[in-house]
Formats: sequence, structure tokens, C-alpha cells
Amino acid sequence: MSRDTRLAWINGLLLPLMNILTAFAATAILFLLINVNPIEAAKTLLYGAFGYGEGIGYTFYYTTNFIFTGLAVAIAFHAGLFNIGGEGQAYIGGLGAGLVVFMLFPGLSPWLMIPASIFGAMLFGGIWAMAPGYLQAYRGSHIVITTIMFNFLAATLMVYLLVKVLREPGKMTPQSVLFPDNAWLPFVHDVLPAFGIEMERSPLNLSIVLALVMAVLVWFFLWQTRWGYAIRATGRNASAAVYAGISQKKIIMVAMCISGALAGLVGINELLGYHHRIIMNFHIGYGFGGIAVALMGRNHPFGIVIAALLFGTLYQGGAELAFEWSNISRDIVVVMQGLVILFCGALEYMYKPWLVRWLAPVKEVQA
Amino acid sequence: MIEITSMNDMWLTLLLTLDATLRLSTPLVLAAMAGLFSERSGVVDIGLEGKMLAACFASATIAHFTGSPWLALLAAVAVSLGLALVHGFATITHKGDQIVSGVALNILVSGLTIILGLTWFRQGGQTPALTGEGRFVTLDLPGSELLHSVPLLGPLYKELISGHNILVYLAFALVPLVWWVLFRTRFGLRLRAVGENPKAVDTAGISVNALRYKAVMIGGVLCGIAGTYIAIAHNAQFTRDMTAGAGYIALAALIFGKWRPLTVLVACLLFGFLQAFAMRIEGVDLPVIGSIPVQIIEAVPYILTVILLAGFIGKAIPPKAVGRPYVKER
Repeated sequence: MSRDTRLAWINGLLLPLMNILTAFAATAILFLLINVNPIEAAKTLLYGAFGYGEGIGYTFYYTTNFIFTGLAVAIAFHAGLFNIGGEGQAYIGGLGAGLVVFMLFPGLSPWLMIPASIFGAMLFGGIWAMAPGYLQAYRGSHIVITTIMFNFLAATLMVYLLVKVLREPGKMTPQSVLFPDNAWLPFVHDVLPAFGIEMERSPLNLSIVLALVMAVLVWFFLWQTRWGYAIRATGRNASAAVYAGISQKKIIMVAMCISGALAGLVGINELLGYHHRIIMNFHIGYGFGGIAVALMGRNHPFGIVIAALLFGTLYQGGAELAFEWSNISRDIVVVMQGLVILFCGALEYMYKPWLVRWLAPVKEVQA
Repeated sequence: MIEITSMNDMWLTLLLTLDATLRLSTPLVLAAMAGLFSERSGVVDIGLEGKMLAACFASATIAHFTGSPWLALLAAVAVSLGLALVHGFATITHKGDQIVSGVALNILVSGLTIILGLTWFRQGGQTPALTGEGRFVTLDLPGSELLHSVPLLGPLYKELISGHNILVYLAFALVPLVWWVLFRTRFGLRLRAVGENPKAVDTAGISVNALRYKAVMIGGVLCGIAGTYIAIAHNAQFTRDMTAGAGYIALAALIFGKWRPLTVLVACLLFGFLQAFAMRIEGVDLPVIGSIPVQIIEAVPYILTVILLAGFIGKAIPPKAVGRPYVKER
């Protein structure tokens, strides 16, 4: 094998694999530190996530959110942008979904109502991401700081709206009235019997189909279209892209807009799919989780779907762990996300010098 | 007995609001100074929030077990320093992305504190509430009772200047010190140079990495103090995500103050005042204006930062080499 092929193997497979294993190993050590047998914990976790019908439903329900935010972070990454505003974009996306439902007349056919609401979620999420994009492209402000600020702005805005404007009359809880049922996205357990498959009740709804379609579309967009090529070119080498006639400003706006629109779809899964009203904090953790998902999935839609399934499994399984051990809660998943981001992101090349020296050393040139 | 006039009442209300401003600004000042060192050396520090939160947890835990606020402070500084070193290891030694590393630490800490809290205390992730012992108590400066009856200045001294804990005084005393270190010492000059043009510093035979490690470590120490303040001086226990975005507001203040100690202090005071003001006017009908939604005032720091960054009111120009790992040419 030539040195170049070896290097490609190291970069493409060995390095990512070792990074993920390091994150897992660190989690296992944490389990030992808190007196939980990691093997037992893994068994409980898998049972919780896949051992019974309802658990499976929940697993895929969480997976759906992680696919949306993972794709959102990835598309920005491809343009060389770090969108850590997925959190706020998801929240505002939910607002858009709900507002469209409330604006349209309640008797509208679900075939019109649901697509309109999906469009609303994408529009609101997209705008919430495009504003920082615009500020970066045309005013030179740093996208990371602006998106952080927009996360906080989204949170305060939603508190205000849910407490003062959208709150169900006569109720104390800050949440909107129930959506009319023609805006409810069908549950999977209601759809599957039509195909002769029975499934236990769970929050899993047709958003998962939307998520998978989006994954395919993102793949197609990034690797098969002119715009996708321009985005990837900008991310790889911005100045080269400029010389090739690609407007960097336009690319930033487009990439952020799509990124925000994808994150906004979390609102569809959560609100149209399950809660059926606008509620507080339905989005918490998914925006940041998307960063871990994108890094683990190597920014490729296929990898993202797999990584999202892993985190969905952890999320649902984590709830099961909490029943078994009083000192574990779902926060263990947050710890894992942190470790994945640390080892697959920040410390991505930690093992590289060592691997290169071992597997693909530079040969001394013979004189 | 002194007759309470509405004039005196307003004065007192103002003083109490300013008093709350000082208390709310303290962690912002400490964290912003931490960020200042780090970013002036060229290392972005999104992880202020995480380091503070870890310090909150460490200090509340140690204060609970030992009853000594000073040991708690020491532990918090050690933990925060450890995280700062991880950040340094990832971004300085391994040239990893500084923002990704900061985000990783923030997320890691927000989960880890809860898991450890559950394991050690079984109180839903909180630490047990501290009674008088183990906290930093308020200090009454000499003469505050004596001067109390002096009109205007008496209450000013008693309410605003006296009656804080030592960390508050420390935080505000730190600002001129930071200014002095940064602008009047050789270390400060080199630190600023390494954030602007690391290559020049390297050419002069000074280690870029060593300087950046020092800056990041100072940041770790300061975040440790900030977290200790939040957990065992301002509050009396650790609760979930108790820093509540203070690290990000400090980051905003850092930008708003254009990476200069004194203006950053002003920004911290402004943001602290807005928080104190929001608390005070919650549900109160103001003359002429009516009742303002608290959320609008809470959102002001974020809006101001966005506007400033976009260059609509002045221009915030970061250190030139910030965010870029330094790769030595061979």
C-alpha cells in the first residue's frame, strides 16, 4: 500500500474510529467512578431503547430530532460556518409551525395545513439563522457569537410570547391552546396498522419520514447540485472559491438559511407530532446535541442518521438507566455528547502524529 | 426617628438597585477578565460558562464537606484550572478548533455536575444547602452604622459600599490590576503581541504556546473564583445550570468592552444593572411607561452585543490572531 493510501485510511477510518472509542472509554470510566458496572449499564440502556415497543418508539422519536439538528450543523460546517444557534432556531421553528396553524382557518384539510405548518417552521428557523448569517456576511460579525446571542434572544422572546401573548386563556401554564386536530401529524402507531403492522403507542410520528427525506435531500443538494458544490468549495478554501466566481456572502446566507430551516423542523416533530401545542423548552439540548451528531457522523447525511440513532438510543436508554440506578439520569447523555464533541471535534487529530509515525512513516530518501 | 420622605425612599431604592448591580456584576467581571486574558493571547474562550459551572459545583461540594469557604475556593480554582488545561491541550498543543473545544467543555460540565451531584448527594443533582458556615459572609466595613444617620452619604456607604463579601471587593480590585499587568508589564506586552501577531513573538524567540498556556490558566483561575462566588457567596448551594448563561453574558461584555479591562468593567456593570433593574420592575407599573415586560430588559445585553458586533454603534475589533491556532513553520 502506498503511503498516500495509508494516510487516507488513517484519516478516513482509523482516526474517527479511535476518537469515538476514546469517548466511549471515557464514559465507561465515568460509570466505574460512580459505581455503576458499564456492561450492566449498557444492557439496561439497550433494553430501555429497544426492549419493548414503546421504548423503540421513543428512541426513534428522539432520533428524529437529532437527525434534523445534525443535518443543520453539518450543512453549516460544509460552508465553513459553525452554527451553534440550532437551539434557538429549533425553538423559533416551533413558533413558526404553531403560528401558521393558528393563522389558517381551523377547518382546513390536513393535506394543506401540515405542509403549510412545515413551511412555517422552516421559514422561521431559516430566518432566525439567516440574520446571524447576514451579519457575518455583510457586517463582519462573528457567526458563533451572534448565534449564541440569538439563542438567548429566542429564549426570552418565547417566554414573553408564551406568558403574555399566546397563553391559553384562563390557564396558568405558559403554553398555547391545543392545535385543531387537522394539524396533528399522524402517529406511526396509527399509520402502521393500515399496512398490517401493529405497534405500541408512542410519540413517534411521521416526522421521522420527513427527517429521512431531508437526509437524502441534503445529500443530493450538497453533492449533486451547483449550489452544494459552491458551499463545499467555500468551506474548503474560501479564497479559492472567490477566484472561482463564487460569492462568499451569498453562500453564507444560503447555508445558514438551510441550516436554520432544518433545525426548525425539530418544532414539527415536537409540536405537530406530539405535544400539539406550543410549549416551553421543547427544544432543550437538541441544538447542541446536533453538534455532536454532525461531528460523529463526519458531516455526511448517512453518518448523521447513524449518529442520530445512537444518540436517540442513549437518550431513551438513559431514561431507563435512571429507573435502575438512582445516581444516573439522562444527563449522562449530555456528558457523552460533551465527550464526543471533545474527542471527535476539538481533539480530532490527537492520535494522528502517533498513527502516522507508526503506520505511514516518511521513508528516508535514498541518495 | 428620621421621617421617611419619598425623596429618601427613592434614594434608597436606587441604592438597593445599585447594590444588586454590584452583586450581579461580580461573576461577570471575574469571567470577563478571564476571557480577556485568554482572548488577548489569541485563544477564544466559549468555555467560560462551563468552567464557572464546574467551579460552582466544586466549591459547593467542598464547602459542604469541610465547612471552609477558603478550601472550597481552592478546590473550585483547581477544577476550573484543570478544565482550562484541557482547553489548552486541545487548542494549543493539538491545534484543535477553539470554539468546538469550548462548546465541548460547556456541555460536558452541564451533564457531569448533575451526575456527580446525584451520586454523592442524591438530591436531584443539587448539593445540600449550606448553613452559615462554609459560605463567604458579608463584611460590614467599619463605621457603617455610625455614619448611617448622615443624610444621603450614610445610606450610600452602608447599603452600597459596605456589606458585600470579600469576593466582590476582590473582583473590582482585580480590574485595575489586570489593566496594569496587560499594559504595564513585559508579560502583558508579550501576551497582547501573541494575540495580534504570534509569528513576530515566535521570531523574537519567545514561546507562543507557553504564553498562551499561561493566559488560559489565568482564565481558569479567575473562572474558579467566579464560580465560587456564584455558588457559595451569592447562593448557598449548587443547583442545575446555576450559572444560567453568565459566561455568555461575560463574553458579550468582553466584546462590548472591546477587550479592554476598564471598558469591559463598564459593560459588566451595565449588564449587571440591567439584570437588577429587570428584577426590580417585574410587575411594577412605572409612571408614563406602564409595565415593561421583564424579558425586553433581559434581552438588552444580547441585542446590544449583536448591534455592536455588526458595527452599527462603533466597531468591536478583536485581537487579530484570535481563534487561530499557531503553527510553527518548519
